[in-house]
Amino acid sequence: MKQTLKNLPWNVLGPWLALAAACFFFATQSDRFFTGENLSLITQQVMVVGVLAIGMTLIILTAGIDLSCGMVMALGSMVMTKLAVENELPVGLAILCGIGVTALFGLINGLLVTKAKLPSFIVTLGTMNIAFATTQIYTSSASVTDLPESLTMIGNTFEIMGTQVSYGTLFMIALYVLMWRFLSDTAPGRHIYAVGNAPEASRLTGISVDKVLIGVYVLAGVFYGLAAMLSVARTGIGDPQAGQTENLDAITAVVLGGTSLFGGRGIILGTLVGAVIVGVFRNGLTLMGVPSVVQLLVTGVLVILAVAVDQLSHKKAR
Amino acid sequence: MSFKLKATLALAGLALAGAAMAKDQVVVGLITKTDTNPFFVKMKEGAQTEAKKAGVKLMTAAGKQDGDTATQIAAIENMTSAGAKTILITSSGDAVVPAIKKAQAKGVQVIALDSPVEGADALFATDNYKAGVLIGEYAKAALGGKPAKIVTLDLFPGHPVGAQRHNGFLKGMGLTAPDAKSNELGGKAAGVLCMADSFGDTAKGQTGMENCLQKNPDVNLVYTINEPAAVGAYNALKKAGKEKGVTIVSVDGGCQGIKDTGKGIIAATSQQYPLKMASMGVAAGVEYAKTGKKQSGYVDTGVTLISAKAIKGIDSADVKKGMDLCWGKK
Repeated sequence: MKQTLKNLPWNVLGPWLALAAACFFFATQSDRFFTGENLSLITQQVMVVGVLAIGMTLIILTAGIDLSCGMVMALGSMVMTKLAVENELPVGLAILCGIGVTALFGLINGLLVTKAKLPSFIVTLGTMNIAFATTQIYTSSASVTDLPESLTMIGNTFEIMGTQVSYGTLFMIALYVLMWRFLSDTAPGRHIYAVGNAPEASRLTGISVDKVLIGVYVLAGVFYGLAAMLSVARTGIGDPQAGQTENLDAITAVVLGGTSLFGGRGIILGTLVGAVIVGVFRNGLTLMGVPSVVQLLVTGVLVILAVAVDQLSHKKAR
Repeated sequence: MSFKLKATLALAGLALAGAAMAKDQVVVGLITKTDTNPFFVKMKEGAQTEAKKAGVKLMTAAGKQDGDTATQIAAIENMTSAGAKTILITSSGDAVVPAIKKAQAKGVQVIALDSPVEGADALFATDNYKAGVLIGEYAKAALGGKPAKIVTLDLFPGHPVGAQRHNGFLKGMGLTAPDAKSNELGGKAAGVLCMADSFGDTAKGQTGMENCLQKNPDVNLVYTINEPAAVGAYNALKKAGKEKGVTIVSVDGGCQGIKDTGKGIIAATSQQYPLKMASMGVAAGVEYAKTGKKQSGYVDTGVTLISAKAIKGIDSADVKKGMDLCWGKK
C-alpha cells in the first residue's frame, strides 16, 4: 500500500506525537521535568482516571457514553472503606464487595441500554445521580479515615534504578496491555468493534448484540471498581465527594487518545496516552509557574483538535 | 432535568401547604447551595433547631451542586408564594439576584448566609479574610523568623471566598497582599513559590502539592483552602518524606479537619460556624414577622483559630474546644 503523508492514520499517531512534543517542550522549560521521579509522579496522578478511561473506551467503542463512571467509582470506594473500617470485613472481601457494587451499576446501565432501548447518555445521566445520592445517604456525606494498611498497599512505591515507582502505575499499565490483547486477539474483543461499527450487520452475522453490550457495561463497571481501589490507595481516605469531574476527565482521555465517539474505531493504548497527556500538561505548566486556568484552556484546545482529526479521518475513510 | 422537576414539584406542594398556614405561623425559607456538603447539612440543622424552638415553619431547598442557580431561583419564587416572609440563602451565583429583588418587592426579607449576594437585606457570614489573617499570623509565629517558602493550594479560579482566604493569609504573614475586596490571588511577588488549585478536594489537592514539590522541593509552609485539601497536601509531603519539616494551615473547622489538627496533620485551622449563621437567620425572621424590622448590613458570625500547639502571643483555642463546636460527623 502506498503511504503518503495524507493517508497516514493520524488518529493513531496523533496522540503519541502530541505527547512527545509536550514532553520535549516541558523538558526545555524545566530541568526537573524529565526526571524519573517527576515522570513517575505523573503516572501516579493519572492512574485513577486512566483506569476509569479503560471502561469508558469500551463503552465509547460501542458508540455509547458513560456519565456515571466517576460517581459509581466514589460509591465503590465508600463501600470498600466502610466495610473494611466500620464493619471490619477482611480487606480483600471489602474490595470485592466494592467492585461488586460498581459492576452492578454497569449491569443496570447495560440492561437499560439494551432491553429498555434507552440512549446511554440518558441512562447514565440517571445512574450518575442515583450513584451520587446513594453515596451521600450511605455515608451521611462523611469521609472514612484510619484505613488498614493493606487497603492502601497498592498505592505504595518501590525502587527501580533510583526511581520510586508505584504498584498502582504498574497495575494500570498491566490492565491496558491486557485489554489491548483482549480487544485485538479475542473473538469477544473483535465483537465489541463490530457492534460499534454496525450493530445491524453484526446481528445478521450471528453476534448477540445485546449480550456484547451488557458485557461491555458490566466490564466497564469492574474497571470503575478497580479505579475506586486505586483512588482509595492514593488518597488514603474514603471520600464521598470524590469522582465528581472524573466522567468528563475520562471522556477527555478517550477522545485525546484517538478513539472515535461514533464507535467502532480506536486503540485502547491511545486512551492511556490521552490520560498521560492531561497529566503532563498539568505537571509541566505547574513547573513553569503558569496559572491553572491556562491548563483548562490548553486541554480544551487539545480536545477539539483531537475530535477534528477524528472527523477528518472518518470522512476520508468513507 | 428530572431532579429539578422533582424539586420544583415538591416545592409546589410545599407552596400549597404553606399558603394554608401562612396566616397563623411565621414561615422562613432556607435555600442552600447543596444538600450534601456537611457545612450546609449543619446549617440546616441549626435552622431546624431554632425554628422548632420559636415555633416557626421552616421550608428548605437546595441546589444540586454549587452553581445550580436555576433550582435556587425556583425555590425563591415558590417559597414567596408559600407565604415565607424571610428567605435565607447561600447563593450559588448572581443569577439569583433578580428573583431576590422580586421577592423583596412582595415584602420578603432576604438574608444572605455564608456567601455574599447583591441586593440581599443583610449578610450573616464568616469573615473569610480574617480567617486567612489568623492562620497567616499563626504560620508566621510557627516559622519563628525562618524565611517562609510557601505553597498555596487554592479553590478554583475566580471564586471570592478562595481569594479572601488566600489574601488574608498573606496579610497575616506580613506579606504584601490585596485587600479583602479583591477577587484576585496575590502573592506572586511576595515570596509564594507555587500556587495550585485544589477545588477543595483531597485528590486534587494531593496532585497540586506533588507538582509544587517537584517545582520547589524546599517548601516549609503550606496554605490550603480547606481541610480536605490539607489532607491531600499532607499525603504528598508524606510520600516525599517531608511531612515533618512543613507547617500546614487551613480554614473551615469541620469535625474531620479538627481531628486532623489533633493528629498534627494540620498545624492550625480557622473554624467557622454555619449553625450560628442559620439560627441567627431564623431568629431574624421571627423578629421581622413580629416587629416589621428588617436586618441590614454585614454580621460577622465569628471565626476561631484552632490549634493543637498554642504559640505564645497568638490567640488560639485547643482541639477539644474545636471538637465541641465543629460541624459534620463527630
